[in-house]
Amino acid sequence: MSLWHKHAIFEKNSIVLVIGILIAIAIGGLIEIVPLFYLKNTIEKVDGMRPYTPLELAGRNIYVREGCYLCHSQMIRPLRDEVERYGHYSLAAESIYDRPFQWGSKRTGPDLARVGGKYSDDWHREHLRAPRSVVPGSVMPDYSWLAATDLDFSRINDDLSAQALLGVPYSSDMIANAKADVVAQATNDNPDAFELGKRYPKAQARDFDGNAARITEADALIAYLQVLGTLVDFKLYNDKANIR
Amino acid sequence: MTTAVIQPKWMTFGEGGTALALAALAILSLLIAANAHTSEYAFHAYLFVIASGAGVFAIVNRFYGRPADPPLQMIDGKPNYNMGPVKFSAVAAMFWGIAGFLVGLIIALQLAFPVLNFDLPWITFGRLRPLHTSAVIFAFGGNVLIATSFYVVQRTCRARLVGDIAPWFVVLGYNFFIVVAGTGYLLGITQSKEYAEPEWYADLFLTVVWVVYFLVFLGTIMRRHEPHIYVANWFYLAFIVTIAVLHLGNNAAVPVSIFSPKSYIVWSGVQDAMVQWWYGHNAVGFFLTAGFLAIMYYFIPKRADRPVYSYRLSIIHFWSLIFLYIWAGPHHLHYTALPDWAQTLGMTFSIMLWMPSWGGMINGLMTLSGAWDKLRTDPVLRMMVVSVAFYGMSTFEGPMMSVKVVNSLSHYTDWTIGHVHSGALGWVGYISFGALYCLIPWLWNRELYSLRLVNWHFWVSTIGIVFYISAMWVSGILQGLMWRAYTSLGFLEYSFVETVEAMHPFYVIRALGGLLFLIGALMMAFNLWKTVMSGHPASSPAMALAPAE
Repeated sequence: MSLWHKHAIFEKNSIVLVIGILIAIAIGGLIEIVPLFYLKNTIEKVDGMRPYTPLELAGRNIYVREGCYLCHSQMIRPLRDEVERYGHYSLAAESIYDRPFQWGSKRTGPDLARVGGKYSDDWHREHLRAPRSVVPGSVMPDYSWLAATDLDFSRINDDLSAQALLGVPYSSDMIANAKADVVAQATNDNPDAFELGKRYPKAQARDFDGNAARITEADALIAYLQVLGTLVDFKLYNDKANIR
Repeated sequence: MTTAVIQPKWMTFGEGGTALALAALAILSLLIAANAHTSEYAFHAYLFVIASGAGVFAIVNRFYGRPADPPLQMIDGKPNYNMGPVKFSAVAAMFWGIAGFLVGLIIALQLAFPVLNFDLPWITFGRLRPLHTSAVIFAFGGNVLIATSFYVVQRTCRARLVGDIAPWFVVLGYNFFIVVAGTGYLLGITQSKEYAEPEWYADLFLTVVWVVYFLVFLGTIMRRHEPHIYVANWFYLAFIVTIAVLHLGNNAAVPVSIFSPKSYIVWSGVQDAMVQWWYGHNAVGFFLTAGFLAIMYYFIPKRADRPVYSYRLSIIHFWSLIFLYIWAGPHHLHYTALPDWAQTLGMTFSIMLWMPSWGGMINGLMTLSGAWDKLRTDPVLRMMVVSVAFYGMSTFEGPMMSVKVVNSLSHYTDWTIGHVHSGALGWVGYISFGALYCLIPWLWNRELYSLRLVNWHFWVSTIGIVFYISAMWVSGILQGLMWRAYTSLGFLEYSFVETVEAMHPFYVIRALGGLLFLIGALMMAFNLWKTVMSGHPASSPAMALAPAE
């Protein structure tokens, strides 16, 4: 009896066939995914990384809602032209608090992994309102309504709690003060900004959208864009510490 | 005096159970709608109320209208096939196909002429693009897969679909999921995980639908009157099982609240990236490949009236394809923060995957041996054969692009988009069109309205595909080269926006290609409409009743 005839066991027993399929598809996935939860260079802690402030998180949720990842990557590859164009290549540690990750797969627009601090708030505001007013060849849609829509942060502490449940180090202090922190970060010269800075080192607090009367979605999105890639200080980062 | 004995009529377990479950869902949805944190979520909750309420009504209404006995398994020694759900899915596939191609055309035009975003939140590129991908992959492709799998499994097992309500729950539930997912994108409800954008509640609902789909399919196989499970069913089964595993793994999330549409993914950063592309690449491998290979293994032999070329090749094809595909995900993450060993594994297995892919292509093409002359006279068969040729082309291009040095150029550019579309339009599109051109006349027992129109469809859309993929090759390679171009003084030669401006002519050509493809699909819809409504009964009804392989 040749080997080919043995295949009849799969062809005559549907459950055996299903089990065979499950085994065949399990191997590759397990070998590629499971080690990522244990290897040093995928779970390394890098100085400077902290969870997003509530305002940055709200901004990130707008970035997610609008599908920005479809045209903008957040992953700088270690290739000469990319490092010169965008900055230091991205580390795994820099997206440990990204749920979901937003590395992207297409650059219709430029990479945003280190866009923080590259442009002024004014520039971002104008660029979101009408991209072609500052970059004439851009094909980005206008997002003028963001500056006209109040940010809904009435339940932002629930968002922090959900993330804390998943292991993001949001303390009870951070969760309790989440709403106040949004206000403190999105207004100029707020006395609470000192406390915010203690909870979230390097947090930038100011009126991002140029409209002091309101906290809008543009405030949140610009706060998020301005923090991207700024948390790790590459003058201090030791790239040999967790070499792969 | 005698009284007529009225046979008591009882609801079946399926009818009663489904009606109760739907009623419970309606009440839960009403509760959520009343307390929803956002109006968008409340809208979706009301959709669930309406749909589940309609489901209960339909079940009860059908119960009063139906005979007391359940439908027979056999009539005169022939299986009493259940083709209602197949018909529904086939029509839905045509509808969603045209909707998906149309949205594709719109977003192609938005990239060429950004003013078409109109500064309106609901129709910006970022919200329409998932609508396009989901509409063509899951709505069009998914309905084609459900329709053909329910048809093929009945025919090749010579058994009626298992369940009475269950097959209807699968097709209607699946299409309701599509509506929820699609309207969600427009309203800004998305996880922003590519090809897995629907939020947690839509994912949960889909899980229930999918488990029922699996049970109906497997149950029908178990009820078969053939000793062997036909090869097409192996592929369908691998597609259904693997998509379930991928869906659960990739969408594991914690909702902020049951009253909020927002959730956070369990995985983060690099682990999420790996899980996402394990899912993403195998959505291609098992949804868009294994499922449609099942179509190839049934419809091409059937249409050409020839047996499958090689039984042994199909065994090797099946096991090597499903084993190797699952490893290929990391080639979407070359040069990222994913460890090098994982990238190299992904690349290695992607290159190996070339072999089973071409083995499958050879098995499909060689099935025509002795019937090649039919390509001259039968445009439906020609469409399916060209689709297999496109499959061969894109499964060569894919392994090539997975090589790291090639990928360093192609990644993040339109080359990827072109590659996807040679597979999606050429392979998935054409094999689906071919299957529908066969299936709709068979289901309604009609003669196809016009073969000439099929010929027109074939040529118009083929020219469209050629425009599309060649425009994307040129724009992708051009942009990749411009990004890495240096001046003689060692500075980057082009600013980013200069590379965007260089894309414009190719984006216009791409949109033209998409327009031609859409026109072809409209011809097809007209042709099928005329077939069903005014066509003549098939000249040989025996064809519709032909026994299974």
